[in-house]
Amino acid sequence: MKKVMLVDDSRTVRLIGRQIVEGAGVAVAEAENGEDALEVFHREGDVDGVLLDWNMPVMDGLSCLKALRRVADASRLRIVMCTTENDFEHISQALEAGADEYVMKPFTEEIIREKLLSLATA
Amino acid sequence: MNQEEYDFLSRLVMRTSGLHLGPNKQYLLESRLIPLAQSFDLEGIPELVARLRRSDALLETAVTEAMTTNETSFFRDITPFDELRDTILPTLIADRGTSKSLRIWCSASSTGQEPFSIAILLHEHFPEIVQNWRVEILATDIAEKMVSRCRSGEYSQLEVQRGLPIRLMVKHFEQCDGGWRVKDDLRKLVSFRRQNLLESFRHLGRFDVVFCRNVLIYFDAETKGRILGQICGCLHQDGFLVLGAAETVIGLSESFDRFRDCKSAVYRPKADSACTVSR
Ligand SMILES: C[S@@+](CC[C@H](N)C(=O)[O-])C[C@H]1O[C@@H](n2cnc3c(N)ncnc32)[C@H](O)[C@@H]1O
Ligand SMILES: [Mg+2]
Repeated sequence: MKKVMLVDDSRTVRLIGRQIVEGAGVAVAEAENGEDALEVFHREGDVDGVLLDWNMPVMDGLSCLKALRRVADASRLRIVMCTTENDFEHISQALEAGADEYVMKPFTEEIIREKLLSLATA
Repeated sequence: MNQEEYDFLSRLVMRTSGLHLGPNKQYLLESRLIPLAQSFDLEGIPELVARLRRSDALLETAVTEAMTTNETSFFRDITPFDELRDTILPTLIADRGTSKSLRIWCSASSTGQEPFSIAILLHEHFPEIVQNWRVEILATDIAEKMVSRCRSGEYSQLEVQRGLPIRLMVKHFEQCDGGWRVKDDLRKLVSFRRQNLLESFRHLGRFDVVFCRNVLIYFDAETKGRILGQICGCLHQDGFLVLGAAETVIGLSESFDRFRDCKSAVYRPKADSACTVSR
């Protein structure tokens, strides 16, 4: 993984995410809602992983997920939902829409490494 | 705690569970046993030791359980599970066409992630075997607390996120108070009981695969050797032993050969091994 886009309306979550991702030697881009994320994704051009909140203003994570999956060159993109919506229905909906993994908040560094960066922890 | 209390407690856990503490583990004993003492209305380690000296079976069991390390996760170390799927099970299934029976033992199952990972793997990759064969996964642990955790099949949100891909979680678990519970068709494959590896386990019968992972590390060489000998005696001649990533039989038991088709610590009984426990 080269660059991860952290999409969350909470600055705190983005900050914690950045520490974990950069700590694993992976670059970070940030976006604060779904619409912002689509713009950042195209501008950056080399994002290959996304950690995606569900509840955000302007455009929510599910819509953003669907939009990202519609972009042809995003097919090899790893998209991980990361949300407090932790019930069966939400998870199924996200998987249906093309999420690769699902992180239930609150998360730990180990979980982010495993599910997003696919690095086994020692 | 003073040296005498330390020696008493380390001898006690050595005798009850095999845990080999060695010197200078005061901090470990204290961090586990001070809270335990308090839950028994005892002021501290000296009072705990005094009560144990007068022999208190309940307290002794509680001390033994409190000193176990239960760290585990779903599909821990992954490679042994890949090799179970790609090599071990196909070999066994080819050989068991007549008996159509498969018995797998997780001999230190802790909170159950290991036996349930095996059950998930069977459901995902060998559904016709699960349907038509007699398949049993036996999960045992020394600690009653662990056995009942296993039996509940309930995991916190944190636990289901360690090692378990989300697709397998939504497929095999249902939501419950405080987390996720293994679905019944998975749980049906697994049975649970208490078993101390220091005691005889002949009554458990014979197995095709024994998982004995991340438990021998706590024992001294003599104890490891004795347990490995007994495991050899409960394995079918063509069965498999799976140890943890940091474990080996080398220097401990002459009864096994490394199974070279696997990269992880997989062993088979030697062709003419006279295992220490004859049956
Ligand atoms: C670190 S866990 C290993 C769990 C699992 N096998 C794994 O590899 O993830 C070790 C387990 O061994 C159990 N144990 C310790 N001494 C034992 C004994 N003498 N007999 C049976 N189980 C024991 C502990 O209760 C604990 O749950
Ligand atoms: Mg949000």
